[in-house]
Amino acid sequence: MASGPKDETIRMNSSTRGPSLLRFAAPQNFYPLAGRLAPWFAAIAVVLTLAGLWLAFFVAPTDATQGNVYRVIFIHVPAAWMSMFIYLVMAFWSAVGLVMNTRLSFVMSQALAPTGAMFCFVALWTGALWGRPTWGAYWVWDARLTSQLLLLFLYFGFIALTRAIEDPRRADRAGAIIALVGAVNVPVIYFSVKWWNTLHQGASVSLTKAPSMAATMFAGMLVLAFASWAYTLAVTLWRVRPMILERERHTEWVGAVLDREGGRT
Amino acid sequence: MQWESWSAFWDMGGAGFYVWGSYGVTFAVIGLELVLVLQRRKETVKRLLRWRRAVGKDGSGRAGARMES
Repeated sequence: MASGPKDETIRMNSSTRGPSLLRFAAPQNFYPLAGRLAPWFAAIAVVLTLAGLWLAFFVAPTDATQGNVYRVIFIHVPAAWMSMFIYLVMAFWSAVGLVMNTRLSFVMSQALAPTGAMFCFVALWTGALWGRPTWGAYWVWDARLTSQLLLLFLYFGFIALTRAIEDPRRADRAGAIIALVGAVNVPVIYFSVKWWNTLHQGASVSLTKAPSMAATMFAGMLVLAFASWAYTLAVTLWRVRPMILERERHTEWVGAVLDREGGRT
Repeated sequence: MQWESWSAFWDMGGAGFYVWGSYGVTFAVIGLELVLVLQRRKETVKRLLRWRRAVGKDGSGRAGARMES
């Protein structure tokens, strides 16, 4: 099952013979690899989530000014980071797809989008529930919140467009353009708290200075951020597999995979 | 340990609604996403198997016709 297909027409059309890592750019090599990796990332995500929740609720102290409501931060910040990061990764794969004409790159960015949208929604939802007791409002139209809401709509637009267009090649290209143009919004979100006078607080964590919070709070946030990375990898790899089958349904290797699957279900 | 008792834990100093509302919905949408991904996989395999039977199962003949370029 790991050995490559013998059929010449398939071999000619994909870079099966490329060196080392590059061979996983070929769908028939990437498909089984994704299937093998996903459970490991899922297991890592579970372990890190449990560790992170323990830090968040049983190690991190009650905040002197905010009390316990601040504990929303442990999902709010990782979700917000993830929502921005996933969009940038989608833009990256879209650019690779447009430049190198690799179909798997487009499929990858489409497999990432629902998870990015999910994290974006979580960031907005937890932000609203945190905003109410601390600001007195679930929602305000400040630059941070508005640009994050725009990110959610960009995700929805990307998903709707790529699914609405029948021809996969055109869908890929149209989606790639939304992903690339919309990526401009990500630095706007990130720097919005600096550029404008927002109700939303500034960054508590940055690469250039020490985090302005207790070490245990920071640790919990970081562990849950890594958990969401592992989760994203697992769920994206699981989502991309049927997408690959769909796209490559005319090939022999997909036929072989389907015969195996058909016997099981 | 931060909590005097389990009821203090669930109460979250009066912020229980906001904290558990955040965590609850987050894990609910994660669960929903996992269910949808699993369903999509099953549905795709079923649909493609049906498609292959309709097209002529062994995949010879027209197979690879769309692989041009």
